[in-house]
Amino acid sequence: MRVTFTVNGRPQEADDVWEGESLLYVLRERMGLPGSKNACEQGECGSCTVRLDGVPVCSCLVAAGQVQGRRVDTVEGLAGEDGELSAIQQAFVDAGAVQCGFCTPGLLVAADELLEHNPSPSDGDIREALSGNLCRCTGYEKILDAVRLAAARTGQGV
Amino acid sequence: MTATQGRVRPRAIGTPLDRLDGRAKVTGSARYAYEQPVGEPVYLHAVQATVARGRITGIDTEAAAAVPGVLAVLTHRNAPRLADTRDAELAVLQSDAVAFRGQFVGGVVATTSEAARYAASLVRTTYDTQPHDSVLRPDRDDLYAPESVNGGFATDTEQGDVEAALASAAVTVDQTYTTAMNHNNPMEPHTTVAVWNDGELTLYESTQGVHMVRSQVAPLFGLQPDEVHVVSPFVGGGFGSKGTPHAPVVLAAMAARLVPGRAVRFALTRPQMFFVAGYRTPTVQHIRLGADRGGRLTAISVDAVSQTSRIKEFAEQTAVAARMMYAAPHRRTTHRLARLDVPVPSWMRAPGECPGMFAAEVAMDELAEACGLDPVELRIRNEPATDPETGRPFSSRNLVACLREGARRIGWERREQAPRSRREAGHLVGLGVAASVYPVFWMPGSSATVRAGAGGRYTVSIGAADLGTGTWTALAQIAADALEVPVERVELRIGDTAFPPASVAGGSSGITAWGSAVVHAARRLRETYGNAPPDGAEATGETGDNPATERFAMYAFGAQFAEVRVDEETGEVRVPRLVGVFAAGCVINPKTARSQLVGGMTMGLSMALHEESHVDGRLGQVANHDLAEYHIAANADVGDIDVSWIDEDDPHVNPMGSKGIGEIGIVGTAAAVANAAHNATGVRVRDLPITLDKLLGDPGAGNGPAVRRR
Ligand code: FES
Ligand code: FES
Repeated sequence: MRVTFTVNGRPQEADDVWEGESLLYVLRERMGLPGSKNACEQGECGSCTVRLDGVPVCSCLVAAGQVQGRRVDTVEGLAGEDGELSAIQQAFVDAGAVQCGFCTPGLLVAADELLEHNPSPSDGDIREALSGNLCRCTGYEKILDAVRLAAARTGQGV
Repeated sequence: MTATQGRVRPRAIGTPLDRLDGRAKVTGSARYAYEQPVGEPVYLHAVQATVARGRITGIDTEAAAAVPGVLAVLTHRNAPRLADTRDAELAVLQSDAVAFRGQFVGGVVATTSEAARYAASLVRTTYDTQPHDSVLRPDRDDLYAPESVNGGFATDTEQGDVEAALASAAVTVDQTYTTAMNHNNPMEPHTTVAVWNDGELTLYESTQGVHMVRSQVAPLFGLQPDEVHVVSPFVGGGFGSKGTPHAPVVLAAMAARLVPGRAVRFALTRPQMFFVAGYRTPTVQHIRLGADRGGRLTAISVDAVSQTSRIKEFAEQTAVAARMMYAAPHRRTTHRLARLDVPVPSWMRAPGECPGMFAAEVAMDELAEACGLDPVELRIRNEPATDPETGRPFSSRNLVACLREGARRIGWERREQAPRSRREAGHLVGLGVAASVYPVFWMPGSSATVRAGAGGRYTVSIGAADLGTGTWTALAQIAADALEVPVERVELRIGDTAFPPASVAGGSSGITAWGSAVVHAARRLRETYGNAPPDGAEATGETGDNPATERFAMYAFGAQFAEVRVDEETGEVRVPRLVGVFAAGCVINPKTARSQLVGGMTMGLSMALHEESHVDGRLGQVANHDLAEYHIAANADVGDIDVSWIDEDDPHVNPMGSKGIGEIGIVGTAAAVANAAHNATGVRVRDLPITLDKLLGDPGAGNGPAVRRR
């Protein structure tokens, strides 16, 4: 089948999509967007998190056919056209929230969505929003710091 | 000139430089092994054994081969013969024998990953099944003593007369401790992209050491080392499981041989990682301590049992920390193995020290209780003047300073000595302590090249690895200081066998070994060309020898403290606070170092409360083989983790004065949590993980219920 959808603001088309194919596969293998990671392929880790019509989803669990006519946003779409990092990306670097980086794209997408709806989240809000994203390296503390930092900077209009 | 001659003057070293690979990682542009551009790749999916022991009697590949897009189906019948099959873990598809459930018995190569996976599911294998034995029980009569244990340490040691000392000791502890099987589970699954061109093999590999992969894979295929190229710029975590090559890289290289010129992509699924990528063996440790009434140890005895596989030996060095940690005139340690029909155990973050220090540090807590002593004070009383095993002085040993600082930070004075004496809002609250230790290993054999470029810029090349540990950044800082230039003028190149050889990122030895080579190369460049070398001037340096390793015992130390809260009604255990204070020499980059230590303690917390690979003895496999059932600490499981370090100057370890920090963070965490849980509830859990059922207490065990019964 053919699937037509928008990725990071650009119209995209994928041909010969197999019925069982996941959105994650389409992004990584067909669209040349390997930023979203495959770490379990069964909805347990959040490494593949993207936004589907604005809502964070595990793209490994979304069938490609489901995205027909819809909007998908991935980690590759977070930075500005000029390459300037978004507030949450910069905060992850500054706070030391990145180690191996394999969980990072999914966390960034989830955190970005959180801050869009809740510009000054409590620690509980952050933990809840990121509860589906496993990280084996960092211990999460610096990830929380990064989200707080991004919230504070955005709040100050930085 | 010896490698450590002359310390590097720290300028960039010691500053919290942001991770230089951060930008690539937050934009999603960092290319991990699977994502390396390789033209039109094809895909491999593995077929795994469905019995735990036996022989393959038939393997029907017809249906698989007929799936559109399938290019080849590999089995032991048609697989390329390997030139060297001595390492049975790597001798993939070389016979019809099955040595453990989940072992590779085939593979399918296809033009899409779906086709490969689907076709693999159609391969039908029949077996002549033999009875298997896959559960570690310490009471077996066929335990054996390996020739040596991991790291090359002696299997058994004995000093003095332990039995006599125990018999005459005023106070003794005699208990058995067990730790669970754990799986490393880096977030990036083990991945190989393999391609053969003109008889040479290129591997894009998710690994902790490109040269390690080359040196082990080349002989399997009858190649010279320089005919194997390994590329690995970004690695999504390893924690030891990507340290030595396992079967997947061999299967991928074999599959690629069937489609020369085309790259074969192969990533394990998460469930497959529980079968063919190494794991931490379960351990059973019998510990006996003897002491005088003042808590001074007279005897330490540790008998450690762990498992290995039938096809290849791995002997966890569980008891080695007990050889050097505390003073005691009489001591003995032993290691015994059970050879089982199981996958090959391997390295997982601090093999040896991690499970060993759980048992030893809980035993110390029990001794403190038996002596009526504060557990911090007990450890201070047993501080040795020199390494008890070798008699050598320590190059630096600041355990006591770590204990004192940690006690201050956690508010140790609030701890009630008597267990079960603090209740807050329906919770039993307790504090616990444990010590941490990890050796400073000197791994020779690395070299680095420094090349001068235009405008005072330098390129530093070494085949080192960054698994998320911070190598990209820390090594650039070291190079900058050795060259006495700002970090911005250094370009680092790592993760490729095209660069000078580097030892594996293991044993927390990376920065010591690679940093020493980089410093040596930088100094050679300066010696030869001065401060303004011509464009293209180049020098190579080596890790070399460090004679000080013959004169000193070299270790990093630490102290970990935990606050545990146990719900009186449900037994649920929470750890709102962990404090870790470390003495690890010069800290190259405080930001990446803190991440390493916090990450290690978090994995220790996860080991303490959650991680357990449950073996189903009937099937001979880990039953909970995915991330839904094998729980690793998630965001809400982790409380406040307070990491700090004390100033420590060690002139002997290497030119930077640094000690490794990748592993020490996980050493002792689980013991601190278990000791705090005992302080909270009065229940002594000697068996990891500390799940609520254990705190509910077994009335028959005499330890009493922790929580209220209705
Ligand atoms: S890869 Fe999708 S949740 Fe793990
Ligand atoms: S940074 Fe490695 S898994 Fe999160």
